[in-house]
Amino acid sequence: MRAFTTVHGVAAWLDRSDVDTDLIIRIERLTGGDLTGLGRYALEALRFRKDGGEEPDFVLNKPGYRGAPILIAGPNFGCGSSREPAVNALMALGVEAIIAPSFGDIFYANCFQVGLLPVRLPEAEVRRLGAEAAAAPADFTVDLEAQRVVAPSGACFAFDIDGRRRTMMLEGLDEIGLTLKEAAAIAGWQAGDRIARPWIWEPVAQDIETRTRS
Amino acid sequence: MMPATLIDKIWCQHAVREFGDGWTLLAIDRQLIHDLSGPPALKALTARGVPVHSPDLVFATPDHVVSSEPGRTGETMGPGAGLWRELRQRTGAAGIRLFDVGERGQGIVHVIGPELGLVLPGATLVCGDSHTCTNGALGALAFGVGTSECAHALGTATLRMRKPRKMRLTIEGRLGRGVTAKDVILHAIAVFGTSAAVQHVIEYAGSTVRALDIEERLTLCNLSVEMGARSGIVAPDDKTFDYLAGRRNAPGGALFERAVDHWRRLASDEGAVFDTDVALDARAIAPTLTWGTDPGQAMPVDGLIPDPREIGDPAARQRAEAALAYMGLAGGQPLAGAAVDIVFIGSCANARLSDLRAAAAILRGRRVATGVTAWAVPGSEQVKRDAEAEGLDRVFRDAGFQWREPGCSLCVAANGDVAPPGARVVSTSNRNFVGRQGPGARTHLASPASAAAAAVAGRIVDVRSF
Repeated sequence: MRAFTTVHGVAAWLDRSDVDTDLIIRIERLTGGDLTGLGRYALEALRFRKDGGEEPDFVLNKPGYRGAPILIAGPNFGCGSSREPAVNALMALGVEAIIAPSFGDIFYANCFQVGLLPVRLPEAEVRRLGAEAAAAPADFTVDLEAQRVVAPSGACFAFDIDGRRRTMMLEGLDEIGLTLKEAAAIAGWQAGDRIARPWIWEPVAQDIETRTRS
Repeated sequence: MMPATLIDKIWCQHAVREFGDGWTLLAIDRQLIHDLSGPPALKALTARGVPVHSPDLVFATPDHVVSSEPGRTGETMGPGAGLWRELRQRTGAAGIRLFDVGERGQGIVHVIGPELGLVLPGATLVCGDSHTCTNGALGALAFGVGTSECAHALGTATLRMRKPRKMRLTIEGRLGRGVTAKDVILHAIAVFGTSAAVQHVIEYAGSTVRALDIEERLTLCNLSVEMGARSGIVAPDDKTFDYLAGRRNAPGGALFERAVDHWRRLASDEGAVFDTDVALDARAIAPTLTWGTDPGQAMPVDGLIPDPREIGDPAARQRAEAALAYMGLAGGQPLAGAAVDIVFIGSCANARLSDLRAAAAILRGRRVATGVTAWAVPGSEQVKRDAEAEGLDRVFRDAGFQWREPGCSLCVAANGDVAPPGARVVSTSNRNFVGRQGPGARTHLASPASAAAAAVAGRIVDVRSF
């Protein structure tokens, strides 16, 4: 994962709650396995009309907002399916940070795995930022190091973020690499658990043996 | 000792390491992988040269992108064939057990886990699928995760997690006629909202939950994520132990007795504290269907669709208006009577044997209304065989249903099973999002009995009138 510090650019207000991951990326777009080409399908039900033409009223199709790196949205953003490519699809569209009152838990965790910053702010602050973003395309700053969002008007809102997540993001750390260093602790736990809870281990091992013999 | 919840007890037992900042390295007892998220996770691991840590604990099956057409193979559905082949190849190379198409054990991943006895009380489980919460019905702590965390669990047999908050949802009282676990959970989401349980695991408690059998509890837990929860869980009891006894990967003999002794101690202690505590009265719940485009937009079948003009909060009003426009419905009107094009009985919410029996009880001696396309998609190969052994396939076929092959099918529409634009679908699945069952398709979530009744009537109807 690349290191993340600050996003500076236009913010688009997607004034909608419960933007689910099916809406972010349709599942049949994922059968090809290509994550970088997903941008054209991101939010397609909102971006395009039934005839395939662009929906001119959708914020990311409006002049000045196309390719906006910051998305401001309603509560429960990213609810629904665990599909991690929802994050890839938004990033392929140019989104680097999303500000919302709340996020779907799995989507929120996935953002940190892929490198998109989700920012939680109280709903009133999100709406204030959204109104400012909707008034005219202008540059906002989302600063992870300082944990704050600065609007073009100068309005500034501090946000909370878990310290471990923040460090992982700032330094572009890799979780699997870190956990592999815990190999001895994991092996020790498993050895103890085979004695404490043999029913977790023995039946599946026996089943594999039976299958191998047959 | 401080009284602990069921969630606390499982969490503590699996803590390999506490990092001291609220994060835990949590041991994972079981991992299930499917054809959509499994191959990319295994590929990511292979690409960095990390082997699967504990392949004995990992189980795979194709469900999302395989065709449900009778006589299908893994390659019937063109765009999914590559993922199916990759799942076979990568699980084979890693020594992971695969329950393949046509084989007993294949099916929707959250149907086969319990069915095979892979999911046990007190166990931790992950799967790259948000409905992994289903498995909590057996008293397991089950988390849905994305591809990267899937790869992490495959490579290390652990997850890095913060301990979730704990919510208790207590449901008391007897369910009315025609009211099922599906109606209960849709009602709960309508009452509490789609984000009420964000960052929480929900423990379902109370006399209503105790009275539900295991397959009903699986339905209840299945929709936990639609309330925003990380997972759902029910304390294991005699029903759980009876369900597990004799299952293929459950312990047998003396080991089973020893496990039961342990499992009995898992229930939340008297006085254990939850971060959030809510309750519902089961007697107030009617057969419930969704009218809108999220699972919280649900209502009693005999009620009136909410009128946006009567919704005070502007954001909620706007959302209701958009949902009604998409669904082709008018606020203030009855939901019953809306003409139905497609009925889908399937999915990890409601495609187990008891679900098929409930639908068949409505369909026996009746016919699907003219113009309605009706599908029954069993949750697994085992469910399909069991249903056929008791003649349920005949009941469905005689009524005019298609009897199809096990998988996710029209719940997620990843395998070519899609509803056309504008089609009104009564579906036993768990998501009614915009476009979920196909671009422009209009989904009403319902119980198997309500869905079967809608198929016969050709419109949304109160199952209690049958």
